[in-house]
Amino acid sequence: MSTPADAVVEPGAASRPAVAPAPRGRRFNRAVREAGLGYLLLLPAFLIFAVFIFYPFFRNFYLGFFSTPPFPGQPKNYVGLDQYKDVLTSSEFLDSLKVTVIFAVITVPVGIALGILLAVLAHQKLKGVAIYRAFFSSTVATSIAVASVIFGTLLSPQVGLLQGIQTEPSILQNPDPIINISLPVIRSFIPSVALTAVAVTTIWQNLGLSFILMSAGLQAVPDELQEAAEIDGAGPWRRFWNVTLPLLSPTIFFAFVVGSIFAFQTFGQIDLLTPRGGPLKTTNVLTYYIYDQLQFSKNDGKAAVLAIALFGVTLLLTLIQFQFLERRVSYER
Amino acid sequence: MGRVTIRGVSKRFADVTAVDHLTLEVADEEFLVLLGPSGCGKSTALRMIAGLEEPTEGTIEIGDREVNDVEAKDRDVAMVFQSYALYPHMTVRRNVEFPLKTRRVAADERNRTVQEAAGILGLEDLLDRKPAQLSGGQRQRVALARAIVRRPQAFLMDEPLSNLDAKLRVQTRAELVELRRRLRATIVYVTHDQVEAMTMGDRIAILDHGVLQQVGAPQDVYARPANLFVARFIGNPPMNTVTGDVTRVDGGVGVQIPGSVVELPGALGAAVERRALERVVLGVRPEDLTLADGGPIKATVSVIESLGHERHVICRLEDGQLIIVRQAANVPPPAEESEIGLAADAARLHVFDAESEQRVDA
Repeated sequence: MSTPADAVVEPGAASRPAVAPAPRGRRFNRAVREAGLGYLLLLPAFLIFAVFIFYPFFRNFYLGFFSTPPFPGQPKNYVGLDQYKDVLTSSEFLDSLKVTVIFAVITVPVGIALGILLAVLAHQKLKGVAIYRAFFSSTVATSIAVASVIFGTLLSPQVGLLQGIQTEPSILQNPDPIINISLPVIRSFIPSVALTAVAVTTIWQNLGLSFILMSAGLQAVPDELQEAAEIDGAGPWRRFWNVTLPLLSPTIFFAFVVGSIFAFQTFGQIDLLTPRGGPLKTTNVLTYYIYDQLQFSKNDGKAAVLAIALFGVTLLLTLIQFQFLERRVSYER
Repeated sequence: MGRVTIRGVSKRFADVTAVDHLTLEVADEEFLVLLGPSGCGKSTALRMIAGLEEPTEGTIEIGDREVNDVEAKDRDVAMVFQSYALYPHMTVRRNVEFPLKTRRVAADERNRTVQEAAGILGLEDLLDRKPAQLSGGQRQRVALARAIVRRPQAFLMDEPLSNLDAKLRVQTRAELVELRRRLRATIVYVTHDQVEAMTMGDRIAILDHGVLQQVGAPQDVYARPANLFVARFIGNPPMNTVTGDVTRVDGGVGVQIPGSVVELPGALGAAVERRALERVVLGVRPEDLTLADGGPIKATVSVIESLGHERHVICRLEDGQLIIVRQAANVPPPAEESEIGLAADAARLHVFDAESEQRVDA
C-alpha cells in the first residue's frame, strides 16, 4: 500500500531518468576482471592439489599398466590391463578386502554407539560431569602410535595385563619372520583375535572424537523437546529412540561416512601392532597391503593397482551410504 | 479434568529463590493466569506443576493426588511451550499422535482422536507436513492439538502466544478462549502480557520476585490492586502514582503532592487517619483523570500522544513527575505547554501505604 506521501514522490521519480546504466562493454570487462581475480586466488590451492593429489592420482593409473620385474634393474613391462585383472581377482586382494571390511564393520558402528552412549551419559547437569567429559574426550589428544603402544603393552605375551586373552595354537604363531619390529607385537594371536585386538585399539583411540562429535550433536537437541516428550508421557528409553536419536541422525550419518573412510585407510596400528599384517595376513588391511607391496616387495605396479582399488571401494561405499542411509537422516530443525 | 493445588511451594536455585511459599488453588475447569514480569517465578511455578522442576518445599496436587513424587510423564498434564517444542523430524500427524503412542492407545482410536483434534484446530490439510513447513500460527495450533488429544487433567501453557505477531495473537487469543469453553479444561496459563491475562483468565495470580502478590478476577485486580506493584503492573498506560504527605484540609484528610493538595473522600481519609499514616502513595488510573479548568491538581501539558481512538495527554507536575491522562478522541485536546488543572474521580482514588506499599481500603 502506498501512503499519500509515496504517491506524491512516485511520479517525480518516474519522470527523472534513473542512474544511467553502465555501457555494456564496461560491465562485461568488470565481470571478466572479477572472474579473473577469482581464478587467480584459486590458483595456489589448485597447484598444491595438482602436485600432491591430482598428479599422483593419475600417475597411479599409469603405473598400474606396468608390471614390476622380479629383480631390480630390469626394465618394466607394459602389460596394460592384465595387471589390474590379475591383482583384483587374486585371492590375496580379496582376502585383504575382506579383512578391511570386517575391520570397518567392527570399528565404525561400535565406535559410534559407544560415543553416543558416553555423550548421553555426560549430557547431564551434574556436579563434576566436566571431569568425565574431559576423560571421555581425552583419547582425541592421543596419537594412534601412543594407543598402539598402550594396547601393545597390555596385550604383550610376555608382560601384558591381557595376555590371558591370547589363546595358544603356537603353530599359527608368527609365520613370517619379522625383522625390525621393536614394539611388543601381537605375535601369538590366533587370527580373528588379532584383528579384534587391532579393532579394539582403534575404537579406543577414536572414542574421544566420537564422543566429542556426538556431544556436539546432542547440544543441538533443544532441552524443551526432551521436556515436551517427557510430559507427553515418554520414558527415558522412548525419549532416546524417538527424540534424541532422530535429531542426532545427521551427526551419526556424518560420523558413519567419515569413520568408514578412515577405517578403510587404517595403517598405523596395523604397522605397529602386527607382524606385517599377520599372523597369516589376518590383519592385512588394504592400506597395509599397499604399503607392504611397495615397501617390502618393491612392486610399485601392483601397489598402484591396489591403491586405485582402495579408492574405488571407498568411493563406492560412500555412494552406497548416501543412497541408503541418508534417507533415514532428518535434517529438519 | 481436575483441580491443581499448590501448597507452600518454594523453589530455590543455589542462592536465588525463584518461587517463595506459593499457595494457590486452581479449581476444576478454571482458567488461571500466572502473570508477572520476566524472572518473577511464574514459569518455574508452571514447570513445577508439570514435574520438570522439583519443589524445594511444599506440595503439589493434581486432581486428588499429590504428585511431588510422580514423574512428569505420569502426571497427566499437557504443556504448550513458548517455542512450541514440536518434534521437527515428525509430521504434524505424528507429533499430535505422540502422546497417545506413549500411552499405548490403539491405532484406530489414535487416528480418530488425531482427526478430531485436527478438526478442532483446522489442521486437517497439514497433517502430513513437517513443522519446518508450517507458519508460526500453524505450529502453535499443532502444539495445542498435541496437548488436547489426551484429555489431560490440566493444561499448562507457557507464554504460548508470545512468538506470534500482534494480529495473529489477538486472533489466537480468541480461539484459545473458544477452545477452552469447548474443552471445559483446567488451564494454568503463564504470561507477562497483562492484556492476555485480563482477557482470558477467570482469575489472575500476580507474582513478583517469586512471591504471590494478589489473586482475583481480572476486574477485581484492576479495580482494587492489593499493593503498589499490582497497581503499577496492571493497566496500560499504567496507573499514575504520586507520593505525598498526609495533611488535614477543611476537617477532611488530604495528600500534599507537588503543587497541589488532593482531598481524599471521607471514608478513605478516615482509614488513612485510623492507621496514622504520614506518607502515602496516591494512585489514579489515566481514565479516572479529567482535564478541568480549575481542577485541583495543577499540571503542565507536556506531550500529547494520539492513538486514533483515544489520546494520552502526558502532563508534568510542579516537580517534573509525569501524569498520564486518557482522553477520548472526540474532545478537543489541550495545547502543549499549557497550564491546566486535573480532576480525579474521587471514588476511584487508590491509596497505598508509602512504607509497606499495601493498599489502604476505606
